[in-house]
Amino acid sequence: MASTKQAPKAPTVDIPVDYRTIDRISGPLLFVQGVANAAYGEIVEIALPDGTRRQGQVLDSRKGLAIVQVFGPTMGMNVNQTSVKFLGEVARLPVSDAMLGRVFNGLGEPRDGGPKIVSDQRLEIVGNAMNPYSREEPSEFIQTGLSNIDVMNTLVRGQKLPIFSGAGLPHNQIAAQIVRQAKLRNSSENFAVVFAAMGITSEEANFFLKEFESTGALERTVVFLNLSSDPSMERVITPRMALTTAEFLAYERDMHILVVLTDMTNYCEALREIASAREEVPGRRGYPGYLYTDLATLYERAGKIHGRKGSITQLPILTMPADDITHPIPDLTGYITEGQIVASRDLQRRGVYPPIDVLTSLSRLMNQGIGKGRTREDHRGVADQLYASYATGKDQRALSAIVGEDSLSAVDRIYLKIAERFENEFVNQRPDEDRSIDESLAIAWDILSELPDAELKRLKPEFIAKYRVKSAA
Amino acid sequence: MGTVARVSGPVVVAEGLTGAKMFDVVRVGELGLVGEIIRLVGETATVQVYEDTTGVRPGDKVESTGQALSVELGPGLLKSIYDGVQRPLDVLQKNLGDFITRGFVAAPLDETKKWEFTPTAKVGSEVTPGAILGTVQETPLILHKIMVPHGISGTLEDLKAGSFTIRETIGTVRTPSGRQPLGLSQKWVVRIPRPVQQKLAPGIPLVTGQRVIDTFFPIAKGGTACIPGPFGSGKTVCQQQLAKWSDADVVVYVGCGERGNEMTEVLATFPNLQDPKSGRPLMERTILIANTSNMPVAAREASVYTGITLAEYYRDMGYDVALMADSTSRWAEAMREISGRLEEMPGEEGYPAYLGRRVAEFYERAGRVVTVSPEARPGSVTVVGAVSPPGGDFSEPVSQNTLRVTRVFWALDASLASRRHFPAINWLQSYSLYVGDLAPWYKDSLAGDFVQLRQKALETLQKESELQEIVQLVGVDALPEREKGILDVSRMIREDYLQQSAYDDVDTYTSIGKQYRMLRAILTFGDREQEAIAKGALVGDIQKLPVRQKLSRMKWIPEAELKAQFDAMDTEMTTSVAATAAGG
Repeated sequence: MASTKQAPKAPTVDIPVDYRTIDRISGPLLFVQGVANAAYGEIVEIALPDGTRRQGQVLDSRKGLAIVQVFGPTMGMNVNQTSVKFLGEVARLPVSDAMLGRVFNGLGEPRDGGPKIVSDQRLEIVGNAMNPYSREEPSEFIQTGLSNIDVMNTLVRGQKLPIFSGAGLPHNQIAAQIVRQAKLRNSSENFAVVFAAMGITSEEANFFLKEFESTGALERTVVFLNLSSDPSMERVITPRMALTTAEFLAYERDMHILVVLTDMTNYCEALREIASAREEVPGRRGYPGYLYTDLATLYERAGKIHGRKGSITQLPILTMPADDITHPIPDLTGYITEGQIVASRDLQRRGVYPPIDVLTSLSRLMNQGIGKGRTREDHRGVADQLYASYATGKDQRALSAIVGEDSLSAVDRIYLKIAERFENEFVNQRPDEDRSIDESLAIAWDILSELPDAELKRLKPEFIAKYRVKSAA
Repeated sequence: MGTVARVSGPVVVAEGLTGAKMFDVVRVGELGLVGEIIRLVGETATVQVYEDTTGVRPGDKVESTGQALSVELGPGLLKSIYDGVQRPLDVLQKNLGDFITRGFVAAPLDETKKWEFTPTAKVGSEVTPGAILGTVQETPLILHKIMVPHGISGTLEDLKAGSFTIRETIGTVRTPSGRQPLGLSQKWVVRIPRPVQQKLAPGIPLVTGQRVIDTFFPIAKGGTACIPGPFGSGKTVCQQQLAKWSDADVVVYVGCGERGNEMTEVLATFPNLQDPKSGRPLMERTILIANTSNMPVAAREASVYTGITLAEYYRDMGYDVALMADSTSRWAEAMREISGRLEEMPGEEGYPAYLGRRVAEFYERAGRVVTVSPEARPGSVTVVGAVSPPGGDFSEPVSQNTLRVTRVFWALDASLASRRHFPAINWLQSYSLYVGDLAPWYKDSLAGDFVQLRQKALETLQKESELQEIVQLVGVDALPEREKGILDVSRMIREDYLQQSAYDDVDTYTSIGKQYRMLRAILTFGDREQEAIAKGALVGDIQKLPVRQKLSRMKWIPEAELKAQFDAMDTEMTTSVAATAAGG
């Protein structure tokens, strides 16, 4: 919870007791006997026979038994010499301004050799739900410089917009380009990035760190790194650490925070691992039945609050197993987030960058962020017309593959051409190309002007008169 | 008083609860978290807790209130925004700040506000449950009728006019078992439907201003509908359009496990939207229940019951109420989550075996009814439930169980949504079983040929889908002109009629009268086109006519100029289309 108001504290155990009563270790779970009153969600410290210490959390507490989930491997633990200490409080993260520019591990401990964060403010990492009544409607247009996002799937401040990608697609490049170029029009406000990596490779992590470094963004970035070689159980904590930091910076330091969470698929797999160790009744594909609720407690921490200056915008990245958008992870994510940016293997093969498929992508908050005074009066109409025309063009492309281009009517041939130009001129751009919204709209009008007026049904006549590019022919 | 024996997520097992009953509300731990008993074994009770249980430990106290989960019904409900267990979110914000912390109890209705009560019942008369004692002008749109609560009947001894809070006594009834004080508010247990005298057959449409719904797949007042659709297919926009424009007197909107920002959008837009009939802000007839996805899962389970109980209360006053639940899948998932924690044997896809029964029970609370009242007041509750099938697969248990009990099916289609055909209601898959019930109404109140026109339009669309298969093989040029004409008309139906923009000031709402004129204009054009084709005209030429373009812009014709503009278009159509044949 980032609010300065703290919840009344749960009663704490006065003297932490060491229990040496583990009777079962199963996967990431310890079954500790004889525990009288462990609190649900309480943090424990586990001392191994060789002296190493690990952290864990109570998942199920009953009279005489506590089930503890270990953040880290259970290798080296045994039942008679390992001790468990109940710390009497739930997981908290010390937060301060000094976190900017630092790199932490998945549990919030320094990973860059720097000092520990010391602060009076230690926030519970499981945030309380934001009161829907306190939320402010996100409406500020963020220009990412990518035409396909700015015109067709506009990102606004306080939105959660995930990138659905697949193995081998350039989602990291796209995310990095957005982080690099994202800005409000005519504004230079306090801006920072919180980056949380769950189970990504060190190569991917280095790519991001280098990107942040080369653009000078590193000192405005807080990084939480859990690499694929790190304990998978930490991944359940990592995004909560990141979001707690983001809430502190946004709501108490008035900063505008862009949170990048990658890769959410690894997070969900860690959850599944715990669920199966607890022998829970599985939902779809073995993922726990509460996956939706759990993901919601992360994604819903994006937003804006009335009367506070800062904001949290989320850009989660997930890789869809076998590019399957109906897989539980993208499916449940899509039901919570305000749209999705979908990377397409088909466009990737055609050599289009960024390979974002406009037909399956969506930004639900787009309408609030566009139009007169925000972007441009004709924005909605242009976006709708382009969508419809591209969809028709793709249909014609499929049709012409069967019946040949010659059998198409004259209008249909125009649509075919529009689909080509849309992909090659509008979607396609260089990884370092930062287009303004006006530039993007100009390209859009140039393509749409191929069509006769009668086909421009989504555009009001006055906009056609004003913006249509008169053909030289 | 009992103690906690086990905590696992939202489920707490409590021991030593002597005399506790099923579904009693209990308070758990030092914080007094609110929960509900869902299983009893001896004196051991399993409790689902409506708040986050982090920090609760075995040994903490558990207290039963002896009462089942109830809502308070009275003036002040309208314009409110509640969480799933009727805590007003604005009060929570004032007391707790921007984040909802735990263990806070808030009165559902403002206890200090004075309401001006006008008695209508006569002192000395015999009153029975549901009898109207008097009225309170709750909002400029809605006159709140104060009714005798269920379980009280006798002689009205006393009834005062004046300003009262909901906690003050407005009168007394002498019953055989003693004197009963009367107030402006009453309580009702959410899991029990409020009784009715009789259920009536549906016969009046709920006019929504949405063309595809009103014309093709109408819902009756008191009916049930299901909107299943994959994400991004426009479920929420559809629900919100219905909440905004349907001609119900009162709207209850339940945001069950959905996005926080969506509720914010509703909160931001509704006060600025005007009721098409009265011009007053829509909020004055609306109750919002917001239990967003990150709020506790057990409260999400309760939220639909809270919503429908409020709807039934206004129905009992004699109003037509519409309840939108977005989304019932989240409600079902909450059941599944709780059931999983109870280690119950799962049914299909991990859902509990009683899923179908619960869904059916919920929709059965809809209906056009004769309320329990001396004068047999009619009233209705219409229920529209959104379903979010995983992966857009309608064969999953929640969709299937919902379809078994609802009579209207608006099938949202991802492929329509992806080409920005909105509302993305698939016209070939959707159905409404109310068309027959509503036919007399259309005949009397709209136009004699409306049902025929509707049927003809649907047939044209069906024909189109058959022709499209041929086009896929041979191309459009290979079709005879007559068939091309059919494709032309069906395209007009799709693009100029079925598509409707929720974001356009004029297009967002189309009156039923205008719908009729629009549909008639398109089909008349089709008839003229076929006549001209028979005389040798070419579809390509007809498509170039100026009147064709006018037709594609008719959605923007203002309601005031309806008759003049459509009559002019009808005349132009007849002459200019026929001329193409003469010329060719």
